[in-house]
Amino acid sequence: MGGRMVDFGGWDMPVQYPAGTIEEHLRTRKHAGLFDVSHMGEIDVRGADAIALVNYLVSNDAAKLIDGQAQYSALTTPEGTVVDDLLVYRFASDHLLLVVNAGTTEKDWEWINSHKQQGTAEFRNLSSDYCQIALQGPDALGILAKLTDVPLADIKYYHFTEGRVDSVPAIVSRTGYTGEDGFEVYAAADKAEQIWNKMLDAGNFGSATGVLPCGLAARNTLRLEAGMALYGHEINEDTTLLEANLGWICKLNKGDFIGREALAKQKEAGVARRLVGFDVTERGIARDDQEVVINSQRVGKVTSGSPAPYLKKNIGMAYVPSELASQGQQIQIDVRGKLVGAEIVKIPFYKREK
Amino acid sequence: MANIPDDLHYSKDHEWVRVEGNVAVIGITDFAQDSLGDVVYVELPKVGDDFAAHEAFGSVESVKAVSEVFNPVSGEIVGINEALADAPEKVNTDPYGEGWMIRVQMSNPGEVDSMLTAAEYEDFTKAEKE
Repeated sequence: MGGRMVDFGGWDMPVQYPAGTIEEHLRTRKHAGLFDVSHMGEIDVRGADAIALVNYLVSNDAAKLIDGQAQYSALTTPEGTVVDDLLVYRFASDHLLLVVNAGTTEKDWEWINSHKQQGTAEFRNLSSDYCQIALQGPDALGILAKLTDVPLADIKYYHFTEGRVDSVPAIVSRTGYTGEDGFEVYAAADKAEQIWNKMLDAGNFGSATGVLPCGLAARNTLRLEAGMALYGHEINEDTTLLEANLGWICKLNKGDFIGREALAKQKEAGVARRLVGFDVTERGIARDDQEVVINSQRVGKVTSGSPAPYLKKNIGMAYVPSELASQGQQIQIDVRGKLVGAEIVKIPFYKREK
Repeated sequence: MANIPDDLHYSKDHEWVRVEGNVAVIGITDFAQDSLGDVVYVELPKVGDDFAAHEAFGSVESVKAVSEVFNPVSGEIVGINEALADAPEKVNTDPYGEGWMIRVQMSNPGEVDSMLTAAEYEDFTKAEKE
């Protein structure tokens, strides 16, 4: 494809393809983008107590899932900070699949094995068995429909089904990391190239309105516009879920889980700092790790900062003290020694029309 | 294959210089713009600023990254490409033409002689790619 490659969590990954990040980003918003995210990790859990064992490790309530449903969740530390964020797929009451980040797969695997309660369910790290191809954008459904008999329109958001894609057995999940409608297709690792190429063909790759292969840079700008957290940036083992506005995946009343007590305490006391979104209002682009200045005080750091290609402005997310975290608050970003004005705004920056 | 015009001088930091009398017109190369990706912001100095050779005079930002740009020759800024404020993408579409960045009144015009020729720069970029 002529993609520019970088090492990413041990995988050679394209940062961008020849069309460039901006065009990849816009095409995904307007038509469709194709992402090879085979680097994501997959941990299979089977056994009668699969849900109970997983539920002790994660913050969201896996017991609420029905067959064919997926759930955004997090592996938490006893402090309520984040080992990783993940998707939990329920195939059956005795069969779950955890989809975790690439760079953290090994860490997660060790964490799970050293922290899971006694039980009978078997956890298996199947990361190298699966490929994952994400087809995202308003045209995604129409493109994928050419390759499968699965009734795609019947799959609700955050649900999935098993079927065939180009006659390859696959999991078809209506999920994504772009803020658009779309699908993530999981199949045997050696089928990645076949599925990738068929999706490009079905999506009229090469035409001005056809699907475009997208690299990591566009994946990042798309998720940032959609206000989604990226592990290692907005969330890590130093940030709690509540600080990261992820209280909605903390089900404190579901029963005991790692970090429950700390999160309950923090919820009661209130968080000292909070993740916010900001628009840069002066000339300049905020970047990851730059400092946030409010009233001449250095009060926090940018977790992600970038131009937003669809919104055509420069945006970012940052941690700031809770009392200064309200919308409309004027802040400054230290952009390589120059203070650049910005304003706290609502997250997500971008929300698609439904 | 990157475009490397024969009539320009090149730096190892991927700037080019076109000599017009005692004035050096400076920008970044096709190889550099291609490596950066979509340029979304160009920060330039002010007319009248003085720079030593190899000093950073500004920065170029793509969606993903920031790169400083260096002045290959010493001298005073006598012109900047103000069009880049509203159309930074000219650095991508026409790096040797409308994407030029600054004009420098050279204090030591001999400095361009130590820069790379087109052929030398081509070898240099091939080596960098490997």
